[in-house]
Amino acid sequence: MSPTVRLQEMIRVIRSARTQGEERGVIQRECAAIRAQFRQADNGGRSHNLAKLLYVHMLGYPAHFGQMECVRLIASPRYNEKRVGYLGAMMLLDENQDASLLITNSIKNDLAHSSQYVQSLALCTLACMGSAEMCRDLAPEIDRLLRASSSYIKKKATLCAVHIVRKVPELGELFTPAARALLAEKNHGVLHGAIILITELCERNTQTLVQFREAVPELVHIMRGLVTSGYSPEHTVAGISDPFLQVRILRLLRILGRNNDTASDAMNDLLAQVATNTDSSKTAGSAVLYETVLTVMDIKSESGLRVLAVNILGRFLLNNDRNIRYISMTSLQKIVMTDHNAVQRHRGTIVDCLKDQDASVKRRALELSLALVSAINIRSMMKELLLFLSTCPPELKSHAASGIFNAAERYAPSQRWHIDTILHVLTTAGGDVRDETVPNLIQLITNTSQLHCYTVHKLYRALVADISQQPLVQVACWCIGEYGDSLLRGECEETEPVQVTEDDILDALETVLQSHMSSPATRGFALTATMKLSTRITENVDRIRSIVSIYGSCIDVELQQRAVEYNALFKKYDHMRAAVLEKMPVMDRSSSGQTNGESGGGGVQELEPTKPKQPEVVVAPQPASQVCDLLDLLSGPDEPSLPGTTLGPASSMTGSAGGDLLDLLGGLELTPTLPTVPAAVTVYEKSGVCLKLSCERPLDASQTITLTATNASDHDITAFTLQAAVPKNVQLQMKAPSGDALPARSSASVTQTVLLHNPNKVSLKMRVRLSYISQGSTVQDTVQIDSFPSPGL
Amino acid sequence: MQFMLLFSRQGKLRLQKWYVPLCDKEKKRIGRELVQTILARKAKMCSFLEWRDLKVVYKRYASLYFCCAIEEQDNELITLEIIHRYVELLDKYFGSVCELDIIFNFEKAYFILDEFLLGGEAQETSKKSVLKAIEQADLLQERQSDDWGGLANDELL
Repeated sequence: MSPTVRLQEMIRVIRSARTQGEERGVIQRECAAIRAQFRQADNGGRSHNLAKLLYVHMLGYPAHFGQMECVRLIASPRYNEKRVGYLGAMMLLDENQDASLLITNSIKNDLAHSSQYVQSLALCTLACMGSAEMCRDLAPEIDRLLRASSSYIKKKATLCAVHIVRKVPELGELFTPAARALLAEKNHGVLHGAIILITELCERNTQTLVQFREAVPELVHIMRGLVTSGYSPEHTVAGISDPFLQVRILRLLRILGRNNDTASDAMNDLLAQVATNTDSSKTAGSAVLYETVLTVMDIKSESGLRVLAVNILGRFLLNNDRNIRYISMTSLQKIVMTDHNAVQRHRGTIVDCLKDQDASVKRRALELSLALVSAINIRSMMKELLLFLSTCPPELKSHAASGIFNAAERYAPSQRWHIDTILHVLTTAGGDVRDETVPNLIQLITNTSQLHCYTVHKLYRALVADISQQPLVQVACWCIGEYGDSLLRGECEETEPVQVTEDDILDALETVLQSHMSSPATRGFALTATMKLSTRITENVDRIRSIVSIYGSCIDVELQQRAVEYNALFKKYDHMRAAVLEKMPVMDRSSSGQTNGESGGGGVQELEPTKPKQPEVVVAPQPASQVCDLLDLLSGPDEPSLPGTTLGPASSMTGSAGGDLLDLLGGLELTPTLPTVPAAVTVYEKSGVCLKLSCERPLDASQTITLTATNASDHDITAFTLQAAVPKNVQLQMKAPSGDALPARSSASVTQTVLLHNPNKVSLKMRVRLSYISQGSTVQDTVQIDSFPSPGL
Repeated sequence: MQFMLLFSRQGKLRLQKWYVPLCDKEKKRIGRELVQTILARKAKMCSFLEWRDLKVVYKRYASLYFCCAIEEQDNELITLEIIHRYVELLDKYFGSVCELDIIFNFEKAYFILDEFLLGGEAQETSKKSVLKAIEQADLLQERQSDDWGGLANDELL
């Protein structure tokens, strides 16, 4: 039986195996037989055994024991054995295997073989898997072959040189002279290889690039020959003469003409000729045109040529062939920044491509559409983009959503439109938006105060319809909590008002709280909103109270903490509840940075340092610090030492959101009960003794000041007393201090309340004298306080 | 070109040519994932896709998928032409080629590929020359003699 048939027989047997196990069995048997054969001496069937092994390898089974056999076969004098041996080397050996070095010598010998086919095998293998070592060893041989051999070998040698240059760029210099000479070749194969080699050399070495710029006229000449006359039937594909060679030459011209006027001028006419004369009805012609367009856009071409190129791309966009449309969009993407207007002309077609069935085309169309959005076309583009968002494949959703947000951010024609757009995105792709969308949106809503009513109506409707999209639900809860009263009033100019009762609203929020779909953050939002409503609604406060107390035993620690805090607010601090749950003021946009990404997070972060002193409940993304807030607030009046940062007077905190809040607190529509904001200012700090002053909000002309003293030094202080003096016409009453001992390291502090009555509203100043005993000696010091955290009303 | 894969509709690899050095495990993984990605695509979809950081060009001919991974700067459309040229070569050689031909004569498919592409680039743009070279090589193999002198170097192109 002839050995080849045995190979095919084996293949047949393997294929007829019905199960994976059966196949494995057959293969194991065969491999064992092959192994045995390898160990034997030359028996004439070696090549076929290796071929069998290669088949097995292709199926995915291990075949490394064949590596040495490859080496042996390559060294064989017989052509058929060499052929299979080299094939095996290309399949089983790669530069990471040690055995690959062993074939270097064989390759070297075969490169000098008298038969072309043997040389060809060696060249092929070297170009496929030659390691840097092998390349260095054999480079001189390749160079020799580049100069003096048949075309058949030359073309292979050039591509081998390409591989060498890619692996060991320094060897490029070795091949440059030969490459230059090869441009004169008539043989298409050699020429093609030579162009590739020159391209590689020019890309890696600028001097070579400069040198080859002189060859531009020659290249232009060759190209012209191909395009005009060149009727060579064996190279023609679909009416185009050797498109492979044309594409390669165009690519080289691109590299040579980049950033160089002379070279670009020299090729201008040629490019125009190719662009106009090439028939693009088949792929071959389109490939050439595509390469031409890329070249035109990359070199310093004249404007007429550029327009021509963009028009070609426009034509491609209308092509029935999906591949061509994809290609054209890829190219348009590259030039949309530089030739924006030209690309705008094709906007309609690009937007149509958004509706294409193919995901690749859709992706390209999305990228391009986002790049083409401008102030003029924002409304129509957004309509299309939103439509796209509702039908787009999931992997593109988040990209589309963020793109839409960016575009809306930059070009929103009106705030209502902006809010509408964001809401639309949240309802269609809520799960895929980025995290900072929620704070961003909330900030946007807060800032458009005239649309509060409209916004809350829309959000309420959306919430009732669907509570699965977390970002939407979070924003909706927040809005209902803040602006629930407008919802209840039942009137709204901008949209159809809903007739809801307080129960309906509370139902909605409770559904969110109880639903399995709500994430913990969302439930936090809902709970806080419910709590806020306790000041906005009148009848169902008890219901709210009961909801809140239920969650006091919730498993989720965050919710439990909140519920407990709120409960305390109901019970012990009811007088403060209204103040605590007041409406949020307008957040300072500029302090939170630029349009997207960082802004939401930044804005909220800036609030943090002032949190311990804020009465408002801050947005959920900072739940932990919010809890801290309330803790501090609730324990404030009792706890003498207030932790946290010290604040300068509010007027000096110009850029910070926190400062603005403090300022605005004075200017907001006030509910009858006053909020108390103890803002502690350090007025004195020396030798470890620190005196802090905090004022409560003035009520008519009286002010209560709390002085807190701490001792950060290592020694205890005793007999600590404070004396205070104020200007004329201001009455001062000092209450008894809490103590007179200040232990070391701020472990305890002394507070003293001072009542000031300022009927004439003179500017308040106060002089305080401290005296204490530390380490056996008496210390006295005076400090003048000229400004207080908040001046009188 | 970084690699070329031929696989059937069931995902079985019929030919794999790698022009970049990768370990076996990596090759298997890439092969598996790419095959799955391409098989998941519908019939009329675009022939190009971006997969990891590569551009992949593929085309289906009867029951075989021909798939090439090219670099960023390569021309996708001309790669389609390269694939087509290879199919034409196979067709001419085997006479109306079908998948079985490639299965049972896989080493010949490789030899033909190696006459057409070298180091990932096309080496010969004339169909006729490639076919002639393969013919001659096969003749040489058949003779299997140690006398190499019979074939002079300038008998071919």
